Amino acid sequence: MGGKEGKSVTQTAGPIVELVGISKHFGGVQALRDVDFQVFPGEVHALVGENGAGKSTLVKILAGIHRPDAGVVKFDGQVIELRSPTQAQALGIAVVQQEPMLFPDLDVAENVFMGRHPRDRFGRVDWKRMYREVDQLLASLDVSLDSHMPVQGLSVAEQQLVEIAKALSLQARVLVLDEPTAALSAHEVDELFAIVKQLRERGVAILFVSHRLEEIFSIGDRLTVLRDGAHIITAPVSEMSTEEIIRHMVGRELSNLFPKGEAEIGEVVLEVRHLTRPGVFSDVSFQLRRGEILGFAGLVGAGRTEVARVLFGIDRAESGEIWLKGRQVEIRSPQQAMEHGIAYVPEDRHQQGLVMNFSIAANVTLPILQKVSRLGLVDPRRERQLARAYSEQLRVRSTGVEQLVNALSGGNQQKVVLGKWLATEPSVLILDEPTRGIDVGAKSEVHRIISELAARGLAIILISSELPEVLAMADRVIVLHEGRVTGTFTRAEATQERVMFAATGQDE
Amino acid sequence: MKKLTSLLKTWEALLVVLLLVSILLGSLLSPYFLSGFNFYAITSNIMEIAIMALPMTLIIIAGEIDLSVASVLGLASVVLGFLWQRSNSMPLAIVVALLVGLVAGYFNGVLVTRLALPSLVITIGTLALFRGLAYVVLGDQAVSNFPTAFTNFGFSTIPGTELPWSGLIFAALAVIFAVVLHFSRLGRQLYAIGNNKEAARFAGINVARIKLALFILSGLLAALAGVIFTARFSSARPDNAVGFELEVVTVVLLGGVDIFGGRGSLPGVVLATFIVAILQNILGLKNISGDIQSLAIGLLLILSVLGPNLARRIQVVVARRHLAVGSSKQV
Amino acid sequence: MTTTSKEVERVKQRGLSGQARLLGLVNRVRELGLLIVLLLIIVIVGIQAPRFLSINNFEQILLAVAILAIVAVGETLVVLARNVDLSVGSTVGFTAFVTAYFFKELPHASLLLGILLGCGLGLALGMINGLIVSFGRVPSIVATLGTLYAYRGLVFIFAANTTSQVNASDVPSDYLALATTQIFGIPALILIAAVVAIIVGYFLHTSQSGRQLYAVGSNPEAAKMIGIRADRLIFAAFSASGLLCGLAGVLWGARFATVDATNATGLELQVIAAVVVGGVNIFGGSGTILGAMLGAIVLGTLENALNILNISQFWLQAIYGAAIIGAVVLDAFITRWLQRAIRAGRKRT
Repeated sequence: MGGKEGKSVTQTAGPIVELVGISKHFGGVQALRDVDFQVFPGEVHALVGENGAGKSTLVKILAGIHRPDAGVVKFDGQVIELRSPTQAQALGIAVVQQEPMLFPDLDVAENVFMGRHPRDRFGRVDWKRMYREVDQLLASLDVSLDSHMPVQGLSVAEQQLVEIAKALSLQARVLVLDEPTAALSAHEVDELFAIVKQLRERGVAILFVSHRLEEIFSIGDRLTVLRDGAHIITAPVSEMSTEEIIRHMVGRELSNLFPKGEAEIGEVVLEVRHLTRPGVFSDVSFQLRRGEILGFAGLVGAGRTEVARVLFGIDRAESGEIWLKGRQVEIRSPQQAMEHGIAYVPEDRHQQGLVMNFSIAANVTLPILQKVSRLGLVDPRRERQLARAYSEQLRVRSTGVEQLVNALSGGNQQKVVLGKWLATEPSVLILDEPTRGIDVGAKSEVHRIISELAARGLAIILISSELPEVLAMADRVIVLHEGRVTGTFTRAEATQERVMFAATGQDE
Repeated sequence: MKKLTSLLKTWEALLVVLLLVSILLGSLLSPYFLSGFNFYAITSNIMEIAIMALPMTLIIIAGEIDLSVASVLGLASVVLGFLWQRSNSMPLAIVVALLVGLVAGYFNGVLVTRLALPSLVITIGTLALFRGLAYVVLGDQAVSNFPTAFTNFGFSTIPGTELPWSGLIFAALAVIFAVVLHFSRLGRQLYAIGNNKEAARFAGINVARIKLALFILSGLLAALAGVIFTARFSSARPDNAVGFELEVVTVVLLGGVDIFGGRGSLPGVVLATFIVAILQNILGLKNISGDIQSLAIGLLLILSVLGPNLARRIQVVVARRHLAVGSSKQV
Repeated sequence: MTTTSKEVERVKQRGLSGQARLLGLVNRVRELGLLIVLLLIIVIVGIQAPRFLSINNFEQILLAVAILAIVAVGETLVVLARNVDLSVGSTVGFTAFVTAYFFKELPHASLLLGILLGCGLGLALGMINGLIVSFGRVPSIVATLGTLYAYRGLVFIFAANTTSQVNASDVPSDYLALATTQIFGIPALILIAAVVAIIVGYFLHTSQSGRQLYAVGSNPEAAKMIGIRADRLIFAAFSASGLLCGLAGVLWGARFATVDATNATGLELQVIAAVVVGGVNIFGGSGTILGAMLGAIVLGTLENALNILNISQFWLQAIYGAAIIGAVVLDAFITRWLQRAIRAGRKRT
């Protein structure tokens, strides 16, 4: 167990990075609240917390992408103002984001050295030296990548390794890994950790952001738990147990969430049998009934959204069956899915959910234009009426249905997306992270709406990474881990700990 | 946000002003400008470009582009002449010419939608391919012995007016296109596709099928323009309308359509078309070489994008100052 | 902490070298493919018409594409950075006319001065493009469409105010000699084109800025994140394109002797064809000068072949179009096939 071995550099030296009283908000959401935080050289510091706890924001502040509203950042004891990613890099802070930012057309060596190519005495790029140095770098990390290989063909794992090599070549003193294992196989995770251990030996400070507790136990020295933007606890990993960590991650008053109303649960509306998409999810089966809210819990990358996309016709499964109201169906496109009465509220409302330059009315009617048209021409009055109806029902706060949605707050935008899909009068409604990035007040409103919809007979799948939300809203909970169903709980059986265990792949 | 939509409204207002200014300029610079015959000259000269600009507007709003239109025009013209020579049947020749446009558009559309290839490069390729085929069909020949009925249609006016027949066709088409773009379901879907292709797809819109239809339409109308062109000049040649595609794109962009898609209006394009037509006409009346117009059009094109860009940048700077002064709450 | 080369080898061998080789080849495949196509054309046509295979004929081909090649070098720089320059035809036409006119009016002026004038004018026109795109934030397709018109208009205005046409008899013979002299038996035009290609190709390969140009075209966001000044690079690319168009214009005037305001109309199509066929990705980030040169040569060879085989020249444009479309379609299929092969290879391991 890595954490317990004697380390070369301990807290005798000062922290290399220190955040004091950092706060940051976006719109109405307070992402970080007066957070104190330190990372020391030669330690692997795990940053843990649920979705929305503030981990990503903290990382982005360290990377120079965001500026804090309040508080001070210190590097090596000096107060600094991180104004840009370039500046952060120059200081020696290297961040490997979840999605690597590489140059796909160029090879590994150039990606590592772009902007700082080694040069010969005439000032020309010294290719031989570059390849040699990158090969040495990779070999020293025991990574078997060819420096000549174009990055385009690399897997996500390999791209991450390139980013790490890049960090090393920058003489990074702080390496931040943001959810690095989300897309990796178990084997690739082992390789990554071997490298992390090496870097620790070299005195690099490593900040490791993750959901996955078994990984933290495997490689972390200390950990910090964030919750709702606040710092909860920092302690050596060896002194914590899984239960304690989970308790710190999720422990909160459940009373500020809207209690679920009662809904009559009827016949099976949707049945999924052995749905499989190789490499993404396998053997997923479940039933969904009228009036039921089925929670899909799990960590990022568990495959929940992917299942939803298949149900909505955006992707296709390789095998398995989908049965709707007793008949087997093929869903080949979103339009077909809508015809079958399935609606999908996507994760990313900016990219997929809304047309930002359109008004509320135009967004609400987009999937059902035929309902507000006569002879192919859109009837603005009917459109406004329909939009107003849903807007009022969902209590969207706006200056009117003609207002452009990019002027609305996140919560209201989400309501517009909901309204749009309700207007298609579905029988199955799939909600993917419906309260992500919206403030507490709007959240409870959305929860109220979801309950009402269930009461009216809609069958709802609620995909959420927020445990309290799932537990408060769902009649049943299905947990996915790396594409497989690892747990099924009724409302009575589901506890935060049990769900989290299943989500992190632990056995019961 | 609201500022952008009102900016666009200002763009059409600006175009109206420009149109009036150019009419004023014309009447001041030449005594012949306000004559009926001149009106006819202005209109008839721009008709082919105007007709091709209609589907081009839809295509650009949907986020694509079709640079092959002038070549389709040429190809259709050549096919028309060729078939007329061989078959002596005008109706047959016209129908086949239109079919050629349809097929050409389909070819473009399949490459762009089915194979997901960039429309810019593909239509540059078909620009050459279709023009090349036109040369293959007629070589350096020209067909000019068209029946009088046909050529009459090409250059005569509607009795009692100075409007050429083609003007009527254009007017009808323009109304249809404007209604479709601004009032119909399809139009709404086009704006959605141009603004956010993914969100459109998630809303059940069949993006590929719509884009394919647009390219087919573009080809068909380019062929129609070819028929009109041939009738007007009473001549079918492979080099008919060489370079016209650039004028079509210019007119559409000048009309306020965003090259990246999602924004623009049809009335704007119609206004821009007539502004360009009038400018060309004025220069012709003053015997100024037809190529100072090139300069003017080029400048207009650049300014039509540069202008709003700078305006927007100024807006952002002003807005930022507002935010800094006002509350700390961000939008 | 250094590692010995033996350790490096050991580690490398563990790697999935199969796929690495596969993908690494892709970049070379293009140029190889073009060479194969070239050889095929030569063989097929050579069998039909042996005079195709003469040295003199090859020289004719290279001579015919030399000027186009110079312009294609500049266009490659612009396309690599994810932009496009449609104004090249107008720029070449403009500089050709102005240079020829200069020599007509001042026949005793130094040759060098005239060349510098032409290149300087081209550079200025290119810099205007660069300013509009980089700092005006106008998309390059719109900007260069506009300058295509504007510059052509300027040529006509210039011609209207000076002379409608410059003839061979109007200009000093040493200007015309630029196009006809030979150095060591090789026409100067071909040498100039070769030198330009080699210099720019070398620059792209060995300089920091050259590599950054690729980065900007490959992933503009990532480039911004590491502090690359994309707008400066793009401005430089357009300026270089203009400069090379200027040089091409000077040589055009010398070669074609009779110059008027319509010169080089439509050149942009040929240039883009050469670049696309040559494997330069229209979305930027990949492609080489060598590829663009081969693309130009392949197209030039095709044209020459049509001539020799007495196939009507009227097929030429159609062939250009088919070549562009074919190249793009082929590239798309190859990429997709490769991606599938890699994914399949991954699953096996």
